[in-house]
Amino acid sequence: MKTTDIAVIGAGPAGLSCAVEAARAGAQVTVLDENLKPGGQLFKQIHKFFGSREHKAGIRGFRIGQQLLEETEKLGVEVLLDAAVYGIYEDRLIAYITDGKDHTIKAKKIVMATGASENALAFPGCTLPGVMGAGAAQTMINVNRVLPGQKIIMVGSGNVGLIVSYQLMQAGADVLALIEAAPKIGGYGVHAAKIRRAGVQIYTSTTIKEVLGEEKVEGVIAVNLDEKWQQVTGTEKHFNADTVCLAVGLSPLTELAWMAGCEFTFIPSLGGHVPIHDRNMETTLKGIYIAGDITGVEEASSAMEEGRLAGVACAESLEYYDENKALELKNQIWDRLDALRTGPFGEGRFTAKLKQLDARRQLA
Amino acid sequence: MTQKTGVIYQGFPSEDELSRIPGMPSEERIKKGSVACIECAQEIPCNPCEEACPYGAITVGKPITNLPKLDQDKCIGCGLCIAACPGLAIFVVNGSKEKAEVSFPFEYYPLPNKGDEMDCVDREGNMVVKGKVLRIVKPPKYDATAVITVEVPMEHLKTVRSIKRLGRSDR
Amino acid sequence: MRVLNHPILGDETRQFNATIIVDGKQIQAIEGEPIAAALLSAGIKKFRETQKNHKPRGIFCAIGRCTDCVMTVDGVPNVRTCITPVRDGMIISTQKGLGKWGIER
Ligand SMILES: Cc1cc2nc3c(=O)[nH]c(=O)nc-3n(C[C@H](O)[C@H](O)[C@H](O)COP(=O)(O)OP(=O)(O)OC[C@H]3O[C@@H](n4cnc5c(N)ncnc54)[C@H](O)[C@@H]3O)c2cc1C
Ligand code: SF4
Ligand code: SF4
Ligand code: FES
Repeated sequence: MKTTDIAVIGAGPAGLSCAVEAARAGAQVTVLDENLKPGGQLFKQIHKFFGSREHKAGIRGFRIGQQLLEETEKLGVEVLLDAAVYGIYEDRLIAYITDGKDHTIKAKKIVMATGASENALAFPGCTLPGVMGAGAAQTMINVNRVLPGQKIIMVGSGNVGLIVSYQLMQAGADVLALIEAAPKIGGYGVHAAKIRRAGVQIYTSTTIKEVLGEEKVEGVIAVNLDEKWQQVTGTEKHFNADTVCLAVGLSPLTELAWMAGCEFTFIPSLGGHVPIHDRNMETTLKGIYIAGDITGVEEASSAMEEGRLAGVACAESLEYYDENKALELKNQIWDRLDALRTGPFGEGRFTAKLKQLDARRQLA
Repeated sequence: MTQKTGVIYQGFPSEDELSRIPGMPSEERIKKGSVACIECAQEIPCNPCEEACPYGAITVGKPITNLPKLDQDKCIGCGLCIAACPGLAIFVVNGSKEKAEVSFPFEYYPLPNKGDEMDCVDREGNMVVKGKVLRIVKPPKYDATAVITVEVPMEHLKTVRSIKRLGRSDR
Repeated sequence: MRVLNHPILGDETRQFNATIIVDGKQIQAIEGEPIAAALLSAGIKKFRETQKNHKPRGIFCAIGRCTDCVMTVDGVPNVRTCITPVRDGMIISTQKGLGKWGIER
């Protein structure tokens, strides 16, 4: 049977950063991803990142992805693609499917970095071809270089909705409007300002009443919401759209963690039920770690830091680092994570993550 | 319903917000020559602007959620911070000549040509006035972000912040 | 519609080196790109019809999770076109309901 020191499930920013950090310490690392290409969400993020120099701020997401891949290669990390993990069993045995066939790999440590999936939204017409996740549209334009439509309505004003609207225009589409149910804009003002300057209206307290069309999207009717989130008749607006993109939040992809038997806690602001973990990213199961969006949805920079943290912690527990060296590295990472979780946008996540750690302490 | 103003409602900072953030230069400074306007009004974890300025004119400090602060006397208006800002929130204005000059980041295809008369728009994308493209800078270091400078009548120095996207010839 | 020029990604440099046949029509594609991308580039948005009510479905997640985009590819039904790469000469058809094995002629 195939064996390895550390098996990382998911080759997104969290998984790759974890692999690089652990391999740098000397560990043997195997990364498994169900996709044919590594990188997770990183390769569709063509904007310059926020943060500080240590977070690779000012560098475009896909270039960070390339750098991470080069590092994994240099350090001899094994990356198995088309490897969909479907089960984690006793003694850290991982079952996965490649090319339709079953395989297993046994690891001393497992890191789950499976990311998150996009939420859907129900409204009349929501299943029509042309209604899609904002991330799906982002994949199409930035990875596959194909426009899913010409005239877009974006739903949701978080950073994903704002960024993908901007990128759709960069790819040559028109964004007719961005619609947000809440009374204010959710994402960063600087992202909003980019699309406002390009002439995109942002309608707050507004939702989709109906998407028109028989075989595909042929129009959108939006309607205002009152303070009680009820539709206000008579405020309908019609848009001549051919595509509707939904950016209404992400949910951590936690099936594997459930299956493995990790304990969970419910924290709505992190995307719902999330596995409990300690300061080292270890779950309630010994030797099983998590990193990135699976631990609660944040963004790519924090996913990379969490990945590094899990990598260092795994390396330490396999004795590739002594306690002092590991602590030195972990302190740096904790500081950088804290920096990302400050300010009006970060504080909520900071408290949410504290709650998650508290849940661990209460169990102990 | 009256539209509430401010960045969280409208998606761009209001006059009032701009007058209170530490990244904006004074009227007198603008009249003296090129200077940066850092229209970054929310405490987000971000500081590439600080590092980009070779003259030490921008300070974010710690925590990195501090609003960027402009030292208008150190700023020479070189424009290097414009492309470094992932929020595309920095502009350079020059009010020392007969006409105003506004430099802004631009990441759409295609680019205009030097000398073109373009539709200049405000922070809401509304057409304000025609303006001539004086310069387009896009060195490899800017990593695909172009910095465009347009010339507009002086009264539009504080409103013009971009140009209308051009139609694409590839479709 | 293809994004041939892009302000950040630069010009498209890949060759249109594959032809796929979709419901009898030939479409130019790029070997290795997801089938769904080739279909969208040709303006095709409806990929299948649901079993009971014959409702149209198209791409939704583009990462292989929702199964909205399944089609019959080279006689095999329920292929997720958003993650299945194009090969030259593939025969693809809009899937009706649960789909049938075999190539319809
Ligand atoms: C559509 C979308 C757009 C986003 N846009 C931005 C943005 O613009 N900026 C930003 O900062 N953040 C953005 N985010 C947030 C994003 O979640 C983080 O940036 C970051 O990608 C999270 O990293 P990760 O490594 O945890 O997960 P991911 O990047 O999602 O990577 C997880 C990987 O695990 C793989 N995987 C999952 N399950 C299995 C399994 N069972 N077996 C094998 N492999 C598996 C997946 O295929 C994937 O490759 C976006 C997220 C989404 C979903
Ligand atoms: S314009 Fe030049 S000098 Fe002024 S703040 Fe920006 S980088 Fe510094
Ligand atoms: S780089 Fe831009 S977005 Fe970041 S703090 Fe500076 S001005 Fe604000
Ligand atoms: S679009 Fe969801 S599986 Fe293909």
